[in-house]
Amino acid sequence: MAQFLQFLFSGVTVGAGYALAALGFTLIYNASNVINFAQGEFIMLGGVVMVFFMHTGLPLPLALALAIALPAGVGILIEKLAIQPAKGADVVSLIIITIGASLLIRGLVQIWFGKGTHGLEPFSGHAPISVGGASLQPQSLWVLGVTALVVVALWLFFSRTVIGKAIRATSCNPLAAQLVGIDTQRVLLISYALSAALGAVGGILLTPLTMTSYDVGIMLGLKGFVAAVVGGLGSGLGAVIGGLLVGVIEAMSAGYLSSAYKDAVPFALIFVILFFMPRGLMGAKVTERV
Amino acid sequence: MKRLAMPLLALTLLLLPLLLPNSYYYDLAIRMAINAVIVLGLNLLIGFAGQISLGHAGFFGIGAYASAVLPTHFGWHPLAALVAGALATALLAALVAKPIFRLHGHYLAMATLGLGIIIAIVIRNEGMYTGGPDGMPVPPLEILGYEITGERNWYWVFAANLLLSVWLCRNLMDSPFGRALRALHGSEVAAQVVGVDLARYKMAIFVFSAFFASIMGSLTAHYIGFVTPNVADFFHSIELVTMVVVGGMASVFGSLIGAVLLTALPQALVSFDGWETVAFGAILMLFMIFLPRGLVPTLAARFGRGE
Repeated sequence: MAQFLQFLFSGVTVGAGYALAALGFTLIYNASNVINFAQGEFIMLGGVVMVFFMHTGLPLPLALALAIALPAGVGILIEKLAIQPAKGADVVSLIIITIGASLLIRGLVQIWFGKGTHGLEPFSGHAPISVGGASLQPQSLWVLGVTALVVVALWLFFSRTVIGKAIRATSCNPLAAQLVGIDTQRVLLISYALSAALGAVGGILLTPLTMTSYDVGIMLGLKGFVAAVVGGLGSGLGAVIGGLLVGVIEAMSAGYLSSAYKDAVPFALIFVILFFMPRGLMGAKVTERV
Repeated sequence: MKRLAMPLLALTLLLLPLLLPNSYYYDLAIRMAINAVIVLGLNLLIGFAGQISLGHAGFFGIGAYASAVLPTHFGWHPLAALVAGALATALLAALVAKPIFRLHGHYLAMATLGLGIIIAIVIRNEGMYTGGPDGMPVPPLEILGYEITGERNWYWVFAANLLLSVWLCRNLMDSPFGRALRALHGSEVAAQVVGVDLARYKMAIFVFSAFFASIMGSLTAHYIGFVTPNVADFFHSIELVTMVVVGGMASVFGSLIGAVLLTALPQALVSFDGWETVAFGAILMLFMIFLPRGLVPTLAARFGRGE
């Protein structure tokens, strides 16, 4: 039982990171139907930038703000410089553009930051908390707490603010949104910034537990993507549930089945989902049968 | 132009060795030919079916490791291993694609991406057979008692392969199957209205391109004499997609140009660690933004000569 709890803790913690990434995918997918393959690089950027500024001796709040703002800026740049100029291109082209963007970011970070792996001090110490015989890292609580806060904040943003409602309207029907005076171009820009910021938050939170380097974005991004698909591409609640589910399933199979194949599990999950419930757990009218 | 293209290509391949000063350039030419064949297949999928595969390196990897593992551990003849690898790849591709093409959207991208990663993980983990992350040696390819060795001999094998593939692709395009594909390329709805079974054609083209990739994986493994799990990596899949994008979607000769240019590029960047990734990323973005149809179709349109 203690062992089970232990796996559950680690699964839920990583899963929260996947959930943040999945929310990022969902945001951009809803705004533009594009699967943003650069999402994982935002996670990497968050962690790497945070490590960089902590090492230069900036105070934590400032480093934190920069580690979220810089990736958000990169998100805006991608939208402005790459997605907007390709306006009217088909979805395949847009997806390829985001793949290009992710390579570009990863390569530049590798040149700037090197290939090394870097860690970060946990926000409130190393002393584990004992729960039911399993030990819980304080950082896990940070991950879960902040993720929960972010989810609530997002929910408020989308249900209570004008901008949030504008984004939702655009995702329902861009043309109709434009007709009622919504600046859909700005909505897209905000979606990219927000999605990048979400990824960065995930990266910052996970770095003290899992370390970071220039190439962590691929796996984290892909798994976040799996989470989004599991939850039902396009559904916010689905993204969160999908993220936690993918994290837990991964941790359980690493613990009970094979740790060597732990990274393969989420990708095998994609097939189960695509074959048996292509709409995911929460997805509404995402896929049409031809 | 259209009729001249094949003899022109044959002539180029025939005369090219005269220009190749040493085995380094032979090797480069061979790598270009290998990539060109894979890209031909992949281009049919991306260009005509409008679907991306992000796991073609995985199919390449299956072929490569079939040719390494089956003869080494199970005493198979290399040719039997090659065929078995290609058939297994085709079967796997069909199994994966069947449910996916019934869905509308870009689910193939995700499925192939997942498949590619799983294949790479399996290769890395089954060290008992595959040598794990370090890779393993591949026995030489022997046909009718004759062992193919040396860049110069391999050059002819790959040149013949390339010629055959181009011929096959062009004939395919002119067959009823190709016409259906082109209809699909023009408008899926219209194609459906005139009775083209979208799912069936998309699946056929996907399986076909996976089959191509596996065969080239096998031959490449024999040529190099050693395989590492890197051949099945995600980045390799991206390289292949980039070649399609640069050369031009749905263009046979675009595939060749894309493969030639992007095989040469990493050689030029080899002394700049890390810049290779940057270059590929920048190229992908710039082409998709400014030249979304790729080099060959854009040039062909400018000079008024359709391919």
